[in-house]
Amino acid sequence: MAPTLTLTDIGFGYGYGEARILEHITFQVLPGEIIGILGPNGSGKSTLLKLMDGILSPREGEIWIRERRLTDFKRSELAREMAMVSQENHFRFAFSVMEVVLMGRFPHLGKMGFEGKRDAAAAMEALEATHTEHLAHRSVEELSGGEKQRVLIARALAQEPKVILLDEPTSFLDLKYKREMFRLITTLGKDKGLSVVVVSHDIDLASQYCDRVLLLKNGVIHKLGTPDAVITAPDIAEVYDCPVHVDQNPATGKPRVSIIR
Amino acid sequence: MGRLADRTAAAKPLTPYRVLRLSAMMGLLLLGVAGLSMVIGTADISLKSILDLFLGSGTSGDPAGLILFRIRLPRIILAGFVGFALSLGGVVFQALLRNPLADPYILGVSSGSAFGAVVAIVLGFGFSIGVPVMSFAGALLTVWLLMQLGARRMGMESTTILLMGVIINAFFTAIIMFFISTAADERLHSMLFWLYGDLSQGRYTHLSLIGPALLGALAILYRHSGALNLITAGEETAAQLGVEVDRIKKICFLVVSLMIGVVVAFSGLIGFIGLMVPHLARMVFGSDHRLLIPMASLGGAAFLIAADTLARTLISPSELPVGVITAFMGAPFFVFLLRGKGSRWRRP
Repeated sequence: MAPTLTLTDIGFGYGYGEARILEHITFQVLPGEIIGILGPNGSGKSTLLKLMDGILSPREGEIWIRERRLTDFKRSELAREMAMVSQENHFRFAFSVMEVVLMGRFPHLGKMGFEGKRDAAAAMEALEATHTEHLAHRSVEELSGGEKQRVLIARALAQEPKVILLDEPTSFLDLKYKREMFRLITTLGKDKGLSVVVVSHDIDLASQYCDRVLLLKNGVIHKLGTPDAVITAPDIAEVYDCPVHVDQNPATGKPRVSIIR
Repeated sequence: MGRLADRTAAAKPLTPYRVLRLSAMMGLLLLGVAGLSMVIGTADISLKSILDLFLGSGTSGDPAGLILFRIRLPRIILAGFVGFALSLGGVVFQALLRNPLADPYILGVSSGSAFGAVVAIVLGFGFSIGVPVMSFAGALLTVWLLMQLGARRMGMESTTILLMGVIINAFFTAIIMFFISTAADERLHSMLFWLYGDLSQGRYTHLSLIGPALLGALAILYRHSGALNLITAGEETAAQLGVEVDRIKKICFLVVSLMIGVVVAFSGLIGFIGLMVPHLARMVFGSDHRLLIPMASLGGAAFLIAADTLARTLISPSELPVGVITAFMGAPFFVFLLRGKGSRWRRP
């Protein structure tokens, strides 16, 4: 299968001659694949995501979407290929959930700039996929953290992208919504065939739901592979600078990390 | 009116039909206010004689005709244009800076263009070309200063820009005060009055310049109204959703500067309206700029015509500066709305 996203030897740093935030990042994402990006604070996870979405430009290396360079895309073209759900999302003005999800249709709109039946249908489908259709008329800022997070994913789905990038989608969510979020992500990958790249602080969840994980340390790839291969006691202890115990989750058989006192 | 942005509407995509329908309603309201303003004034002119004049059966030479067509009508049209431009400028600045407190007056763009106009007057430039061009240059200078000073450190952080605007506003107002204090006597009075806003100088030649400028500005800004929606949700988010953020911001700032410059050149400084009308429009019609832009612009036109009618009739035969009316009428109304509907710019 041809990869949807290819990064070749990416390097990035703010300002010339200064320390690199990311170096020698090379990997590919396949259709339907869910990749988790793990690493301690400041290891470059969010920066990597912004590079993939063209918000930042790499100093070295190239990013390809299928057979085309990222730099050759117009923003509207890119928004039809790739959607991003970022951490920071505050609406200063009152928008209803439906209006927010319809924003995802912006790159698809015609010259008139109004949504048609096709756009309304895509938005409805996205609301249904994220179980948020009952919220359609509500104001986004009235929603709980979990609801808002799902609405933002609905907006990303309304873009009908091939790749979806998620920055800490489970921060501030309680157990139930964390599980729901990762189950939704799994559906996106397995049923809809999207490539999903998810940055997470939650090693255990990533271990259970991701096909592969990429462990970042100080801006370089420490290890990339299946959860079983990457989430080991020595690797996690080294990257996070914290002694840990890793065993198997009795329910799923995936690696499970515990902090040692 | 409060139910126009009701729940069912918010759960469906906005249609061009709905925009046209509500614009037509607001347009009718605007015409009604303008018509009323024609009838009201120091000189008593009956509705019947106005109709006669419009239908051509009255003689154009009579005093009623002179007052209506040479004095009242151009003034009403100018008030409409100014209200339109200031409200539209307020809506767009609020969206670009993602700050509900931004407006051409607070950001110093109005006083920047007033500064340009005052310099033009002092240098003896004419009102047909020199003053509006200098006024536009002043507005542009302010926006450029805002960008330079505000963008230096935190990448266009909107609070910084707002603060810069307040400072620039104070600075330019001080310079204008200086010019007025040192100006020759006969020019002093008109400049002072103009500092508080004066719509009595409406001339058809000026209006024929302002009208097309506003129409052009509206067309360009409306083309980007969908993108403005996304920019209010954050610049990064907007870019991720396919908006060329930098290009659109530049275009919008330039167009609003032009619009404010042209309008301030002929009306002086009228505060409050660019802040208040967009707020009211948001409360009633929601946050979608494809609807908000026509509603706020037409509503702002109607509002300033009403305010100016009061300004010229309240202490008749004397006149008040229209800025006094906009603040005096608007402030309590605004507080009332904020308290009633919450200050967080949400749907009712």
